[in-house]
Amino acid sequence: MITNISFLLNGDEISYDVKDHWTLLHLLREEMGLIGTKEGCGNGECGACTVIVDKLAVNSCLYLAVEADKKTIETIEGLASTEGSLHPLQQSFVDNGGIQCGFCSPGMIMSSKALLDENPDADREEIKHALAGNICRCTGYIQIFESVEAAKEMGGHDE
Amino acid sequence: MKEFKYLSPTSVEEAIDFHGQHSETARYIGGGTDVIVKLKDGWMEPDFLISLKKIQEMSELHKNNATGELSIGAMVTHATLEKSLMIQNEYPIIYDAVSNIGSLQVRNVGTIGGNLINAVPSADGAIPLIALDGMALLHGPDGERSAEVKDLFIAPYKTILKPGEILKKITIQPQAPHTGSAYIKFGRRAAMELPLIGIGVLLSLDDDLQTCTKARICLGVAGPIPIRAFDAEKLLAGKKINEEILIEAGKIAADESKVRDSVRGKAWHRKEMIRVQVKRMGLKCLEIIKDKN
Repeated sequence: MITNISFLLNGDEISYDVKDHWTLLHLLREEMGLIGTKEGCGNGECGACTVIVDKLAVNSCLYLAVEADKKTIETIEGLASTEGSLHPLQQSFVDNGGIQCGFCSPGMIMSSKALLDENPDADREEIKHALAGNICRCTGYIQIFESVEAAKEMGGHDE
Repeated sequence: MKEFKYLSPTSVEEAIDFHGQHSETARYIGGGTDVIVKLKDGWMEPDFLISLKKIQEMSELHKNNATGELSIGAMVTHATLEKSLMIQNEYPIIYDAVSNIGSLQVRNVGTIGGNLINAVPSADGAIPLIALDGMALLHGPDGERSAEVKDLFIAPYKTILKPGEILKKITIQPQAPHTGSAYIKFGRRAAMELPLIGIGVLLSLDDDLQTCTKARICLGVAGPIPIRAFDAEKLLAGKKINEEILIEAGKIAADESKVRDSVRGKAWHRKEMIRVQVKRMGLKCLEIIKDKN
């Protein structure tokens, strides 16, 4: 029932004994203390738990931790530089009012990052399509789309 | 979630073997976007979870250039289909259906095979594959067999799959030269929605670009399982296709449907939308055919 997995988490090589029934969300939050990733619905409908697995945005609440073996995982904790300066997407969400209560922000930003990494010139329709699985109950989404568009100009993608 | 042991076989045979060893207490898992929800809710409580993710051949999407046959491994994700230029160009009805399943996060992980065998009445993935006369290849303890995708479903959440059997892939034979196809997921919201009704239409025309040589009208949420509107298809076959006859086909399809009231919508509304959308999707097929000529 316990499997040893190794994976790359925000650039660090990790080896961990995980229980087979743990979700990736459980591993990150409850076992590793990385509480930036949020649990909303737990059923893959709200996107608060979005992380990036091998360049794809996934709901970590519906992803088994054992399946992270040999994968590259990115979470919100990996975005700011070690000196503390924010990633362009984070800065843009702050500057453009893309954040109100903040609960959806880590998921919103990770979905946005996966999009811009793949498609740095994403237009409004493509942004909407990519963020359709991230629910925000505060902003009304307009400021979020504007934040992503502004981040584009700031070079908010990884090569 | 109850504890289980996770097994990851690398071949279909090995997966069936694992299932045979633990048959009463084992479940297969594909992408997991449905299965993990069921595990969390306690609807499934397996001791062994057999993942199909490491079975290479089940994740392959390719078109055989010699025969023109399209082969979609059951573990191909919705996002892989959505991003495929070949699917976008040659099988627009598949693109229409998979690009609005769940969210991007779900499409990145969820698979076309899982969408089929989960067998919900609202499965978007089933409609295009039925319209394209898809064949499902099944592999189980007793060997391989195939079935038309339209015959996979028995009732909501129930397919013809026997215990231990795996849906390996779906194959689609080449379409006639002048073929257009389109699907609409009609719902109240644009995002994160199950369809109120799903309508897929496929039309093949003769070289005169008017006479219908093949028509498929497939409906989701119009009954307990995905259905084909055979009478409406019969009306179109052999006739010259124009707006008037598509309006007539829409009426017949609406009458043929077995829609009902549910929490998401009323039967009369569903019927009206079938009537209107069969015509619109038919017109879209004509446009696609025209654009290619």
